[in-house]
Amino acid sequence: MESLVQNILNALQWGSFYALIALGYTLVYGVLTLINFAHGDVFMVGAYIAFFVSTFLLTTLGLPGWGVLILAIPLTMFFTSLVGVTLERVAYRPLRRKGAHRLYVVITALMAGLILEHANLAILGASRKAFPSLIEEQVYNIGGVVFTNLKLGVIFTAAAVFVLLNFIVTKTKIGMAMRAISYDKFAVPLMGIPIDQIIVFTFILGSSMAGLAGLLFAMSYPVLEPYMGALIGWKAFIAAVVGGIGDIRGAFIGGFLLGAVEIMVVAVFPSTYRDLIAFSVLLIILAVRPTGLFGVARHTKI
Amino acid sequence: MKRYNVQIILAVALAILAYLAQEEIIGKYALSVLMFMGINVILSTSLNLVNGYMGEFSCGHAGFMAVGAYVSSVLGVMLFAKDKVFGPALLDPSLSIWVFPLIVIIGGIAAALAGLLVAIPSFKTRGDYLAIITIAANYIVISVVENIDTIGGARGFMGMKSVVKAMGKTIDMPWMPIWVFIFTILSVWIIRRFISSTFGKGVPAINQDEIAAEIMSVNTNKMKMVAFMLSSGLAGVAGALFAYILGYVNPGSFTILKSTEVLVMVYLGGMGSLSGSVLSAILFTLLLEALRPLQIIKWVVVPFLLILLMQFRPEGIMGNRELPDFFPRLKRFYAFKD
Repeated sequence: MESLVQNILNALQWGSFYALIALGYTLVYGVLTLINFAHGDVFMVGAYIAFFVSTFLLTTLGLPGWGVLILAIPLTMFFTSLVGVTLERVAYRPLRRKGAHRLYVVITALMAGLILEHANLAILGASRKAFPSLIEEQVYNIGGVVFTNLKLGVIFTAAAVFVLLNFIVTKTKIGMAMRAISYDKFAVPLMGIPIDQIIVFTFILGSSMAGLAGLLFAMSYPVLEPYMGALIGWKAFIAAVVGGIGDIRGAFIGGFLLGAVEIMVVAVFPSTYRDLIAFSVLLIILAVRPTGLFGVARHTKI
Repeated sequence: MKRYNVQIILAVALAILAYLAQEEIIGKYALSVLMFMGINVILSTSLNLVNGYMGEFSCGHAGFMAVGAYVSSVLGVMLFAKDKVFGPALLDPSLSIWVFPLIVIIGGIAAALAGLLVAIPSFKTRGDYLAIITIAANYIVISVVENIDTIGGARGFMGMKSVVKAMGKTIDMPWMPIWVFIFTILSVWIIRRFISSTFGKGVPAINQDEIAAEIMSVNTNKMKMVAFMLSSGLAGVAGALFAYILGYVNPGSFTILKSTEVLVMVYLGGMGSLSGSVLSAILFTLLLEALRPLQIIKWVVVPFLLILLMQFRPEGIMGNRELPDFFPRLKRFYAFKD
């Protein structure tokens, strides 16, 4: 019983990362029907930005740990969204203006991810970076279930982000515009909606959440390396797809589902089976329900 | 005479290649670059069948390559070499010349069966979702290999060099370049015949309009299955040759990065252009070798080049056209079919 509760807590934490990253995929896909394959690497860049920001604040300015954390959250989100927006401006927008085939944009995204990864490797070297500890980790033990304040913080943040984003997308005007673009890309500009601004806003939302995830991830697992974004990015993407890409609820449920599957697999099998089973689950879900759990099938018309 | 021009040219090229390799006029390095060129040609043409002609977005080609590489390596080592795990050689090493092509083909067949992993979901799933299935298939293959300890797991598997040596001992010839050349030509030939056949016309038909194709009596499910299996099978052949050239395989060589490399070659050459794929595979191999001194920056330069390509010439070098469309005079030497 205790180990079950413990595993559920671990799954919630692990799933929170997937959910936060999956959001970026799902938001961009929902608006542009573009798989932003560079998003996993934007998450990696976010973790590095968090590293530099917090080391700078800690050592140069000599702030205390909690102060650094309070400043690092908005700064990391800001700089990471700058990266995302730059990607959109430099790589995706020119292609969209030309009306290029979607496939070309997807390839550009894949390549942009590779560039981020290897530019990082070339500039910072292959050595891993150790993330400084910002807050004192407190371990609670209630009835044999062990958890830390950090773990609770991660889960709480993910929940808060979900509520916030759900509110933005369903209740605000800009959210309505986002949904409208995904519904009909050609009619939306005619209604006087500035399509480019909405798209930039979408990228800001997605990338800043990736930055937040990067910061939290670096705090939880304080070792940074350039390839960390690739695998987590792919898996978060899987989470988004399993939930039904383009739907925020789907991204969260998919993220937590994948987190739960992985933690349960590790609890029962050797840990090397984790990827194997996670990807097999994806394959089965997609084969049975090709549009994911929440996705709506779009029927092809003749 | 016109009918046999290409065959004669290829036979002469093979003879020259074998002679140069035998007398060691071209160095080991140049030879290995040439062999990797051949492998890249197989990879890019076979992926072009799915990504170009059928219009799907498969990005897990390296997974099938891994299946071919591992199956054929294990088989070859089991039959012809002394190994810690598999014990002494089962067959006489002098037989290796005759059995080697069979081993490569069995690797290809195994990869084709692995291709079913993608082919069967593709009946219902299309587009982005299918792309994900291919990525998942790639990861699944890698994790399976990593979890089987008898074939070395993540450490890799070796011993194929002794099979190659056994071939060389029986008849003293540079066997690997010869086999790579033959299989490269064979696979390009198979894809060309398939695409230009009446049966194979179903593949571009699916690309144009799947529903219309079905109405025109194309069995789309069967067509998809054939295309995916042929494509992954040829990738397996390429993987088998790759394993025997290096003499060592590990799961790390068949990750998404390798698949991306193949994707780059396909889109560089142009979707739906076989000669484009061949050309771009050759150019890309040379480019990678030329950029080798840059080390890690190479992987910044190559994606950047592709991004530029997507911005300014998204259809690739050749677009949808073939070589004779650019050089009509080639038709004098060979009767190209449409």
